[in-house]
Formats: sequence, C-alpha cells, structure tokens
Amino acid sequence: MSQTATMAGSTPATAGTVVEARGPKPKPFFTPRKIIIYSVLVFFSLYYLFPLYVMVMTSLKTMPEIRFGNIFALPQAPTFDAWIKAWTSACTGLNCQGLSPGFWNSVKITIPSTIVSIFIAAVNGYALVNWRFRGSEIFFAILIFGSFIPYQVMLYPLVMITREMGIFGSLQAVILIHTVFGMPILTLLFRNYFASLPQELFKAARVDGAGFWRIFFEIMLPMSLPIFVVALILQVTGIWNDFLFGVVFAGTQNYPMTVQLNNIVNSVQGTPDYSVNMAATVLTGLVPLTVYFVSGKWFVRGVAAGAVKG
Amino acid sequence: MADTAVPLEAGTETVNRPGLLKRILLHNLPAKIAAVPMMLTVLVVFVGCTIWTIYYSMTNSKLLPTGKFIGFDQYERLFATSRWNVSVTNLIAYGVMSLVFTLVIGFVLAVLIDQKIRFESAFRTVMLYPFALSFIVTGLVWQWIMNPTLGLQGTLRNLGWTNFTFDWIANPRMVLFALLIAGLWHGTGFCMVLMLAGLRGVDEEIWKAARVDGIPTWRTYISIVLPMMRGVLVTAVVIIGSGIVRLYDLVVALTNGGPGISSEVPAKYVFNYMFSGGNIGQGLAGATMMLLTVLIIMIPWAYLEYGGKGKRT
Amino acid sequence: MQHSVSIRDLSLNFGNVKVLEHLNLDIAQGEFIVLLGPSGCGKSTLLNCIAGLLDVSDGQIFISGKNVTWLEPKDRGIGMVFQSYALYPQMSVERNLSFGLRVAGMPKDEIERRVARAAEILQIQPLLNRKPANLSGGQRQRVAIGRALVRDVDVFLFDEPLSNLDAKLRSDLRVEIKRLHQRLKNTMIYVTHDQIEALTLADRIAIMKNGVIQQLADPHTIYNKPVNLYVAGFIGSPSMNFITGSVDGTTFTAADGTKIPVGAYDFAASPAGSLKAVLGVRPEHILLGDAAQGMPFKTTAEIEIVEPMGSETLAWTKVAGVPVTFRCSSDIPLAVGDKVTVGFDIARGSLFNAETENRL
Repeated sequence: MSQTATMAGSTPATAGTVVEARGPKPKPFFTPRKIIIYSVLVFFSLYYLFPLYVMVMTSLKTMPEIRFGNIFALPQAPTFDAWIKAWTSACTGLNCQGLSPGFWNSVKITIPSTIVSIFIAAVNGYALVNWRFRGSEIFFAILIFGSFIPYQVMLYPLVMITREMGIFGSLQAVILIHTVFGMPILTLLFRNYFASLPQELFKAARVDGAGFWRIFFEIMLPMSLPIFVVALILQVTGIWNDFLFGVVFAGTQNYPMTVQLNNIVNSVQGTPDYSVNMAATVLTGLVPLTVYFVSGKWFVRGVAAGAVKG
Repeated sequence: MADTAVPLEAGTETVNRPGLLKRILLHNLPAKIAAVPMMLTVLVVFVGCTIWTIYYSMTNSKLLPTGKFIGFDQYERLFATSRWNVSVTNLIAYGVMSLVFTLVIGFVLAVLIDQKIRFESAFRTVMLYPFALSFIVTGLVWQWIMNPTLGLQGTLRNLGWTNFTFDWIANPRMVLFALLIAGLWHGTGFCMVLMLAGLRGVDEEIWKAARVDGIPTWRTYISIVLPMMRGVLVTAVVIIGSGIVRLYDLVVALTNGGPGISSEVPAKYVFNYMFSGGNIGQGLAGATMMLLTVLIIMIPWAYLEYGGKGKRT
Repeated sequence: MQHSVSIRDLSLNFGNVKVLEHLNLDIAQGEFIVLLGPSGCGKSTLLNCIAGLLDVSDGQIFISGKNVTWLEPKDRGIGMVFQSYALYPQMSVERNLSFGLRVAGMPKDEIERRVARAAEILQIQPLLNRKPANLSGGQRQRVAIGRALVRDVDVFLFDEPLSNLDAKLRSDLRVEIKRLHQRLKNTMIYVTHDQIEALTLADRIAIMKNGVIQQLADPHTIYNKPVNLYVAGFIGSPSMNFITGSVDGTTFTAADGTKIPVGAYDFAASPAGSLKAVLGVRPEHILLGDAAQGMPFKTTAEIEIVEPMGSETLAWTKVAGVPVTFRCSSDIPLAVGDKVTVGFDIARGSLFNAETENRL
C-alpha cells in the first residue's frame, strides 16, 4: 500500500505536513546525550584499567627502563625475569625465597577454609529454614549483627583462645578463624536460598520418613549447586585476599601470599626493584582475577548476595 | 480427613509429652547438633570475646591481659594520645569523603549503565574487577603509581608538564586523598552493582507512567526512582560504612600510616598496641571505641529496617 | 467524520519476531474500544505503540487528526492507566496527580482546579494526603485513573487496569469505568484478557491473535456472529460447542452421520456443492424438553455430568457423537443418566469452513 493511498483514506488534517512521520522516529547516531554517557563511562573505565595496565607493564620492564620514568610506556623488550625473581628469590628481610612459599601457604589456607566454612554454613542455613528450634532465630540475628563488629574487637581474645587450644601460629588457627568470620554471610546466603526452595519438597520428604541428614544430602544438596558456586567464589576470593587473619594467626612460616607480598614490597632493606614489586603484585592478584573473569555473572551474584537482607 | 488427624495428634502429644528440659534438648536434636558451630561462634566469639574486650579495656593490662580494674583510665589516655586523635580525625574525614563519593559515583555509573548502552557487560566487568583484588594489591599498585619520582608525577614531568604535582602519598596534607583514590578505585564498582540491582528492581510501568506524564529522565531518577531505592541505599551505607571503620590493609600497604602519623587509622592503632606496642589495655580501649562507632551506624539502621517495619504493617 | 485515533498499516518487529503486522484501526470520537486476546497476542504492544512508549517499525498513528508517530508520549494528548497502578510511591496522592503538571510548569491555580475536579469525579478527596502504600488496590487504581484525568486529554489508554484486583472489586471498578466513560465521553482504548470486561464495557471489541485483529465489531456481533473459529472459541464461557462434518445445500451431516437441517442459516454466500464444515452452537441456545420440540433439529441425549451453578445448571451430554454442553434453568431437575430431548435452531448458531476456519 503506498503512502499517498493511505493519506487519501481518512486522515485529512495532516495533508499539509511537509515530511510525513512514518515508521520509527529517525535518530541521529551522535546525540549530546550519548556523547556525555559514553565519555563519562570511558573516563571511569580508564581510571579502573590504568592500574592494571601499569602493574603489568612495569612487571615486564627492567629497572634501567623504569628509571627512565615513563609509566605509560610499553616495555621495550618484555621480559619475565622480574616474574621469575618475584616467584623464586625476592627477599623479605633476610629470607630470600620469593613469593612461592606464600602462594602455597595461601593454597593450604584457602582450600580447607573454603570447604569447612561452606559446609558448616550450608548445614546452618538448612537448619534455620527447615528445622527451626527455640532460639534459632535469635542466634541467627546475633550472627548477622556480629558480622558488623570490627575484627579488632575480637582479635585479642581469639589469640588467647587459639593459644589455649594449642593451635596459635598454625594453619589450623587461620582455618578456624576464616570459618568463624565467614559464617554470617554464608549462613545468610544459604538460609535465603533454602527459603526460596519450595517447602512442599521438604514436607514430602519428611512424610516419606527421611531425617535431618538424609534430606540435607539427598534432597537439598543436589538442588543447591548454584548457591555453592556463589559461596565458593565469595570464599576463595575473600580468603585469598585476607591479610589481617593471616598476619595474626598463621605464624611466620605460614604467612599467606598477601602478607609476604606486603613484606617484600614494603621491606626497607636495599634499593627497591619496582619491576619485581609489580610482578609480585600481579602474581598475588592473579588468583582472584582469574576467579573473577572465569566466573563472570556468578561473581556479581556473590557480591550482591551480601546486600540481600535476611 | 483433617478432622480425624487433629485429635489423633493431640492425643499422642498428651500421652508422650516429655518434660520441659527434655523437650528443649531433644526436640530437633540433629538440627541442634548441626547448629553447634553457629552457637559457639555467636556465644564465644561475637558475644564472649566482645564482652571480654570491653571488660579488659578497663584494666591496666600491659604485656598480658592480667591487669586490675582501673575504670576509664585507658580511654582518658587514649584521647590524650595525639596518634589516636589523628587516627580518629583521619577516619572521620576519609569516611565522610569515601561514603559520599562511593555512593555518588556508584549511583551515577549505575544510571549510565542503565541507559541501554552498548558493551554494557564490558563496562560492568571493568568497573567491578578491582573489587576482586585485595586491599594489599590495591595499595601497592597505587603506591607505585603515586611514586613521586618514577610514577605518574615523574612521567608527566618528563613528558614536559614540568609543574605537574601528584605527590599525595608523600604530602601529609594530601595523603588522605591518596587513600581515597585507591579506596574508590577498589569499592565504587561494588556500589555500582548494588545500585544497578536497585534500579533494575524498579517497576517498568513506573517509567512508562513518568514518560506519559512528560517527566524528564533525570527528574524521574531524582524525584521518583531514587526515593524508591531507599532500601538499597541504606544497605549500601551500612556495608560501605562498616568497611570504612575496618580500614586497615589499605593503609598498611599504601602508606603504612605515613608520612609520619598523618594517615594513621584507629584499626592500625589498635593492632599496633595489641601486638607490638605492649599495651594491651590501650589496644582494647581503641577496639571498644571502634565497636561504639559501628553501633552508632548500626542502631539507626536496625531501627529503620526492623523497628520501623513492625509499626507500619 | 474525523477519527479520534487512526492506525495506518502499523508494523512492529522485535528483531526477527513480528509482533504486529500491517495493522489498521480507526476509532471514532468518544468510542470505547477494547483490545481483547490471550497473552502474547500483541494487544498491550499495540497500546504501547499508541501511547508512544514503543517505537514502531513501520506505519503511522494519528490522534485527533494529528500525526503523532514521532511524538513523545506527553505530546500525544493521551493519558494512561497501568495494571500495576505505577503510582509514585514516595508521593502523596495529591502530588501523584499533580507531578506531571508541575513539571510541565502549569500555573498553580490551574493545577489545583484540575486535581480538585479529578478528585471529585473519582471521589478520592479524602485520600489526597495519603501515600499510595496506605491505599487499597481499588483506591490506588482510582488514583491512577485520576492521574490520566488531570492531563485533560482526548484519549484514555487502559492497560489491563483491573487485573491486579480481586473479583468483587473488579466488577465494582468495571461499573465505575463505564460510568466515567458515560460522563466524560472521551475516547477510551482498553486492553484486557478478560472477555467479561470486554463484553460489558466495549462499544466495539477488537479480538487479536498473533498481532492481527481477527474481528472488530460490537459485542453483540462478536458474540453471535463470530467471523472465524478462533473468535467463536475464545468468546463465551463455557465455550461454544463444535460439531465437525460437512455441509451440502440445506443439510449439515455430522461425522457420525447425524443430519442437521441448516436451511434457516443466514449464509454469507451459499456454498457450492459439498464442503467440510464445523457447526457451532452456544450452550444457551440448546433447548431442553418441551422447548426443544419446536426446534428444526432435535435428538435424544443422555445426561453425563451435571454442574449446578446456582442460577442455572450446566449439563454435559453427547450430540452427534461429540461432547456437548448446554445451559438450562436450575429449576429443571436433571440427573446423570436421564434421557432428554435436546434441540436447537441453526439460525442462532454458526457454520465455519473447516479448512479456512472462516464463517460461512
């Protein structure tokens, strides 16, 4: 049907218009609004990306090149020497073993802490939703409220408790502390998740005669894979990035990577080697960054879960 | 069917009704066993350790927490110590700036991301990745960037901008802004994610109604959408606020409190007195003051969220 | 005569999905049009296009003779009421009504006059200082209507406005909207999936399916002379009974061989020769017992299920080998297994071409 034919039909009042509006409204490619939006976004993106760029580029340079004084410049002859040095022989004080012991300590801390804290929190959340008992809600409320208490308040008594238990200055102590302080957020996460599952399922299993553990392992766990992934991401990045608990509870020989990194970079002895420092920083950031880029949307769910109210 | 079931159940209850103590202990026994770690955490750590700290902050404990009760002497000494007072002033100044800028930048970025833009997920990924890194990594990278001779300042001077000045970590008057730049780099992406979730939660028909009413987009955000996001805003304030009070790792990595004591913060003061200063009573008093600060943030929030709700519905 | 709303050759695609295709619709001044169809039929999409909330892919929209295809919603002379009410939750009722006018910079006394008039018409004066959270669903929907009212526009758009209300309130507000239309005499376009709302409110109903208007007619025509099998089956509850077979001259032969005379049927065009067809008859047009005696077609049937509904009774039986429901007065005693005489007049029924599904 041609446009004139349509016009001749029953729309007399508009016959005089020069350009007849039809179809989608034409939109210019560049509008002031779009230009402002994208320039602000690009400006902030540069702010966020700049340190990553500087960190990686510096780590690939040599010290003479760095002394030339241009942090924007690409490395003239990219070399991984600084990475190797940071990994194997960078010094903290008199100890020159590089970051690798710290890396393995962090692995030894992160894996058991993650598993234990998630398991305990999952059982907690399940009990809080499906097996409420007198006082369970009060415990939960204090648990959530407690997550806002500054760690410094509980730090010294915890040192005494772990010392009494004979585990102060060992991996067990750090694992215990991570389990305790990971509990509020993880319990909240699991409680909210289990509460969102259909309650009929739980009731049907009870009518079938299944008990506390059987329902947990055979009904609830198989349905909770998504929330386990979220909890896993949250805990792996959180524990890997921890500094305070590692420095207090682990003992010198068990210092996690963050503590060793800080000791290497901020050690006052000798002239600083910035390429090694940045290589060590990149290496320490690599694990959480990998988790972040691999997990994508799941990471967002993890951090947003912290904001979900109980 | 229901008619027959009820008396039956009531019957068994009266026949087998166990004693009160037994019921408290045995009812849902597996659940209670499973919750033992949570109960221990709550009772021993959150309640027990906190009370212990508050009590021993009123003793003259030096190297070991064995001192005798001396009332509020530790607090008097605390507020007579310039390092503590500087720490508190720093925290307040940093905290207010950090909170305001984090919220504003987070909200603005969320609004921009919400404009049906291209490459939305790329922008989001770039904005949030710093949050995945530790404060130690954050602090060390920015320490390098702000290195006066070889960092950004040196680079721009070498490139010909000879009077460019960006020596904030070496300048006692500007060092808090150095902390702020690193802190915002780390945390604004997280705030953006929270705000974006809030924006996306607004009913689409509200937007349609506002368009039919002829309300400009910016006005809709300010007058209609922002007030609707009260819950998200309050949550963000509480999370960001309690993070600020804890501020420790970032300072250790970026400035270690320097130059001098110009970037000290309470958490660092407490830590130093507890573990290397040999004056536990002082450290505990500082910790108790931190707790008090968090309570001042938390109590209005808890009242608004839970106390207020009870009245409205 | 100038149309209040004219839609010319309107198409809308979301990517490759065609939601509306070459749609034409003319709505007269003061007419109450209901867009009716199942979810996903494009009725809400069409309404959003008229409002200017969606960009069309092709075609034009005229409101009060003005081409508004490229205009912003606020400049189209429309007011809109939404399913979720979409009231601004932090503002009082008074501010909800006046906010758009204030933003537009209207003089204060004019705003007050309009708000007062809308509040009077909708009887919400006592609510003006309350927040939406403190209103009931029905009150909220009145305020939402008021927000459209203060805009003083020619055309009102309703997007399933009663769907969030319970059954009782829904029928109350239905009457209210009808009264409002009679008083204001504005053009109203009303989207719903509820056929009762459509039949009770509309001057004309447009039944939509897959982005195409199937039939546009007054409720009586829609109900009694549906243009195709889809419309016949969609309208009416319980729905029309269908018997498949073939029609030849004045006789319809059902699949099981039952012959039904259709000489009294008002054919649009007499079918030439034998034609596969579907015969449709509404449950209330099937008569029972003595009343059935005078009917052109009658047969004996056994009652299979009886559903007493209070004022009337619904019964299930078999006619010509297919399940058939009919309605009768609840005074007539019916029991399962009863053998009764049922009959109907094809003049009140419908015949459809089995292949094209169009009315014969």
